[in-house]
Amino acid sequence: MTASDWWYVFFGKLSYDSLPFYSPIAAFAALLVVFGALFVVILITWLGKWKYLWTEWLTSLDHKKIGIMFITISFVMMARALVEASMMRLQQALAYDAPGYLPPDHFSQLFTTHGTIMIFFMAMPFLTGVMNYAMPLQIGARDVSFPLINSLSLAFTSAGAAILMISLCLGKFSTGGWSGYPPYTEMTFNPGVGPDYWIWAVTLSSIGSTMTGINFAVTIYKKRCPGMHLMRMPLFCWTALATSILMIFAMPPLTVATVLLALDRYADMHFFTNNLGGNMMNYANLFWAFGHPEVYILVLPSFGVYSEVFANFSAKKLYGYIGLVSATIAIGFISFLVWVHHFFTMGQTASLNAVFGTATMLVGIPTGVKIYDWILTMYRGRVRFTVPMLYALAFVILFTIGGLTGILLANPAVDYQVHNTLFLVAHFHNMLIPGMLYGMLAGYTYWFPKAFGFRLDEKWGRIAWGCWVVGFVLAFFPLYALGALGMPRRTVEYFEGAYLPWTIVAMVGAVFVLAAFASLLIQLFVSILRRREYNVFAGDPWNGRTIEWMTPAPPPEYNFAVIPTVHERDAFHAMKMRNEAYLPPERYKDIEMPKNSMLGPVFAVAGVMIAFGLTWYIWWMVAAGIGIMMLSVIARSFVKDTKKVIPAWKVKKEHERWLRAVHETPVVSRDYEVSPANRGLAEVSAV
Amino acid sequence: MSSWEQKHPGINLGTIDPEAHEEAEELVFGFWVYLMSDMIIFAMLFATYAVELRGIAGGPGPKDLYDIKSVSIETGLLLMSSFTFGMASLAMKYNPRPKFVVYWLIITLCLGLTFLGFESHDFLSVFDKGVGPSRSGFISAYFALVSTHGIHVTLGCLWICVMLAQIMVFGLDKDVKLRLLRLGLFWHFLDVVWVGIFSIVYLQGLAG
Repeated sequence: MTASDWWYVFFGKLSYDSLPFYSPIAAFAALLVVFGALFVVILITWLGKWKYLWTEWLTSLDHKKIGIMFITISFVMMARALVEASMMRLQQALAYDAPGYLPPDHFSQLFTTHGTIMIFFMAMPFLTGVMNYAMPLQIGARDVSFPLINSLSLAFTSAGAAILMISLCLGKFSTGGWSGYPPYTEMTFNPGVGPDYWIWAVTLSSIGSTMTGINFAVTIYKKRCPGMHLMRMPLFCWTALATSILMIFAMPPLTVATVLLALDRYADMHFFTNNLGGNMMNYANLFWAFGHPEVYILVLPSFGVYSEVFANFSAKKLYGYIGLVSATIAIGFISFLVWVHHFFTMGQTASLNAVFGTATMLVGIPTGVKIYDWILTMYRGRVRFTVPMLYALAFVILFTIGGLTGILLANPAVDYQVHNTLFLVAHFHNMLIPGMLYGMLAGYTYWFPKAFGFRLDEKWGRIAWGCWVVGFVLAFFPLYALGALGMPRRTVEYFEGAYLPWTIVAMVGAVFVLAAFASLLIQLFVSILRRREYNVFAGDPWNGRTIEWMTPAPPPEYNFAVIPTVHERDAFHAMKMRNEAYLPPERYKDIEMPKNSMLGPVFAVAGVMIAFGLTWYIWWMVAAGIGIMMLSVIARSFVKDTKKVIPAWKVKKEHERWLRAVHETPVVSRDYEVSPANRGLAEVSAV
Repeated sequence: MSSWEQKHPGINLGTIDPEAHEEAEELVFGFWVYLMSDMIIFAMLFATYAVELRGIAGGPGPKDLYDIKSVSIETGLLLMSSFTFGMASLAMKYNPRPKFVVYWLIITLCLGLTFLGFESHDFLSVFDKGVGPSRSGFISAYFALVSTHGIHVTLGCLWICVMLAQIMVFGLDKDVKLRLLRLGLFWHFLDVVWVGIFSIVYLQGLAG
């Protein structure tokens, strides 16, 4: 064998040309990733925190810590995808009759990574993290049904995110958009590593999400505390259940679509090629059989958060609980019947389009029910305008506008006019930013004190909220106009002067969005500095209604010293009304909890090896990764010592310490909820 | 809740091992949900196969490639292996000694491996006719569907080997029993999928 053959065996397609020296912007981004990673490594070493990180976080099977790690991934990836979005906005503002500053190939990579990250590595980890944190606490469970699988879900997601970060440094990412449509992404047109990066990052993410869905659905069915009937669950748990079921059924088609595309590329098969019997439409169907339910996977958890927020900050029980539950289930069901509306223009008959257009409009009915229920929850409530509530209010208005444009697009005749234009881009951002992101940020602000024991800074929270709203409106409402004017999406350069003012306004919006993200970081920083002032150890800063608020902030590893028994909806509120909250239990028992496991980190490393090896044709690495996964699972099945017991005396000591603290904590009225007087013990009001 | 209540699909251990029975509820239900999710993967591959039936692209079609004799033997082997796995489950439930579980599992393993042998023979005979999955969309879809099932059977065989090792090391303890319950569901699930493949791919392909 020659030297280059040996090189190929060990390093596959990697070469000097894989390094990003072809463009200063790409080189800068790669340096940022490398130095960012180095900085984190040096910081952890300097602080001497490796052992802490390993034992307390990476190998932990605690659903609360796994949830926090999911949300951390989400924030890191959001930072990158927001920068990419702003770069695209700047390009379009500069690209009237001029090439702008980004070459077309780079621009295409940006819209591909932006979409892929925002869906799979920002939104999915964010909602998975919030569900992970809040749902088991809300149903009165000590953990999820399968804590180890939870850790593996995190491993798969983080491996996918790592692959995306690596793609900034080595090789070029796909230019095929977040949906990766063949035949453009086939070998014939795209022989580079880009589509392979996309395929394996998305595949890892889809496997992780399938496992999350199974885990959470089983948790909700089997791990509710005594008395927690399904119809007594907080609404967030209902939406978590619906999302989990959608994940179970909607993620496998994505896995099939990406793997078949990979078989086309690697094994010269013909599922989606132009020749030899390939059928691209099959890809479109498979992808959107995932893609449409995915939209509801993204928004339903936020609907759950909004339901909690509206009820809590109006100091009222949720209006129309049964209606909201039915609407959630209806949305989940209808989500499987509308996928063709993503490709009305691809040549099926008008009758078929009419059926799917009508089905799509049906989604508006249960969603409308929800909007009215939320508004009526506020009606005659004592509404407090805290940050989560502000997000919820902005959502109701903006989401309704977005929903109306969705009804427009559901009409195939209209869709023919505006499909593939910026009108569509405006529509789905209008659904996902208020619908998904605001909800998750509301949930983040709402449950942060529970997770860390101190509130987030209110002022910076409001600034962030203001920037998100202004930024969103300025960045995306002009896109409706641009779409109606006929500007295609993903345009790198244009020659129509009428577009220019709108693209400039949209760019200004992007600046506000960046400011919003910066404000969130400042808020976090300021809150950590003032954590003593904002301390809410007593655990109930918002006068909560559901049982996650009856625990200390942060809750112990086992969540509840004694598993609660509930008798009604809004159980914690009822307990407070009956003066039954904060009573010591009759008896403490030993608690069995899962021990840490290193299987998660092992899977994360093996997952990166498999995906990276496949992308670059480094076959020994792929084999090693698969071998590590299989052997580690088999080895783990021989480990018997997987549980630890927390003795009753220790539970008692911790619980009594908290109860003493609660009794020493001054009660705070709702008027001083966002002032330092709030130490986490709420004045009970009779509403 | 009484301990003999039927808690999950498949064989229940309520009458002989209440502790394992309690724990089985969540584990086996979770595994059942996983199987439903896996079923979606097969459903998508079946749909792809149905779409690609027309993607022959001038190459060989079902009648040129399938061998009903080999496929019938495979069906017999797999159905028989489901029966022998059932015997293993019954032995696990009613016989305190692990000996019979081991015997039935080994027989199941042999049947599974023989099935895989015949399946490899099917695939090789397609290659012998001078075509492979890269010849047409139809052959790609055929290989994707049938070999996905084959990979599942391979993993099932590996799982049986691991369980045999666990019975050697731990005996028939609670964890081993709970794993055998899930392995049983997995094995019967593969049988169900094979019945689909046999009727939709082979019988329909040869009849149509």
